[in-house]
Amino acid sequence: MIAALQSVVATFEPPSTKDFVWRCWGPELNVGGVQLCMNFILFLVLLGMLLFFVFFYFGLRRPSLVPGKMQAIAELGVQFVRENIGEPMLGSATDRFMPLLVSAFFAILFWNIFEVVPGLNFSSNSRIAFPLILAIVAWVTYNTVGIAKHGFIGYMKLVLFPPGAPAVLYILLVPIEFITTIVIRPITLSVRLWANFLAGHFLLAVFFLGTVAMLEGGLLIVFAPFTFALSVVLVGFEIFVSVLQAFIFSILTASYIGGALAEEH
Amino acid sequence: MVHVLGALNGNLDGLTTIGKGLVIGLAAIGPGIGLGILIGHAVEAMARQPEYAGQVRATMFIGIGLIEALALFGIAFSFII
Repeated sequence: MIAALQSVVATFEPPSTKDFVWRCWGPELNVGGVQLCMNFILFLVLLGMLLFFVFFYFGLRRPSLVPGKMQAIAELGVQFVRENIGEPMLGSATDRFMPLLVSAFFAILFWNIFEVVPGLNFSSNSRIAFPLILAIVAWVTYNTVGIAKHGFIGYMKLVLFPPGAPAVLYILLVPIEFITTIVIRPITLSVRLWANFLAGHFLLAVFFLGTVAMLEGGLLIVFAPFTFALSVVLVGFEIFVSVLQAFIFSILTASYIGGALAEEH
Repeated sequence: MVHVLGALNGNLDGLTTIGKGLVIGLAAIGPGIGLGILIGHAVEAMARQPEYAGQVRATMFIGIGLIEALALFGIAFSFII
């Protein structure tokens, strides 16, 4: 048994952050020290965009009163976003932001779900750049609508001066509110999405590669069914996480926009 | 102490491995307690007001997503260090 264990330890290479670096597929372009090229991650991003486009183009190409199959699915999706994400957070302003919320929810969902699609098994959201761009879009949106509605001074007053606190406390409150609203929010939005898929990829890799190592590890083969069963469970968990993170990202975006649109106190 | 550190100099693999284990273990404590409180209260709310069960469940899942992200940070960073 100990010899088998040693052989597994010798052959099993745990996944590392190197698994998230993909080599270029074609010519490279250097812009100020940043390497730009076509690779697997960009391919996944484009594939997700294509899926998104096909889903809504064929779903809502010729909308009819009695929906066909594709239209019914697309309308169910839009209705889900409207009733569960838009209306609780934005109320009467939902219609203005439906394009943003539907795009955010479905684009993130399609990019996330590649994590468990056989043959792809990688989510572009496990690289920080893509969640960061999504979070910056949300950040720009809620600040812009806030400033457009209240004016710059009014928006800063709304954000930085929560009502009902004694005047002395504002010395403490204003910096805290500034940091949480302007600085921390985009960071938590992007890091939450990124770390979920980084960890998800690591979990799946550890358990599937571990199963292979156990199968090759002589006596340790008796443990292989257990690790395999857990990896199948983890695939289901990853599907759940994909939907949940898309939902959380869009509902937080909606709630930040709702906060920026709130009436002055 | 200095002697021990001197002996360890340049041979930190073992310490790194212990650190990785500690990161994931410690990162699971807080979210575990949080999930227990959250789901426990959600079940209680659903038992008291069964007609609001759907609403409570939806809010509970949002909370689960926010909390479990902390534990997943631990997994991610334990592989990175």
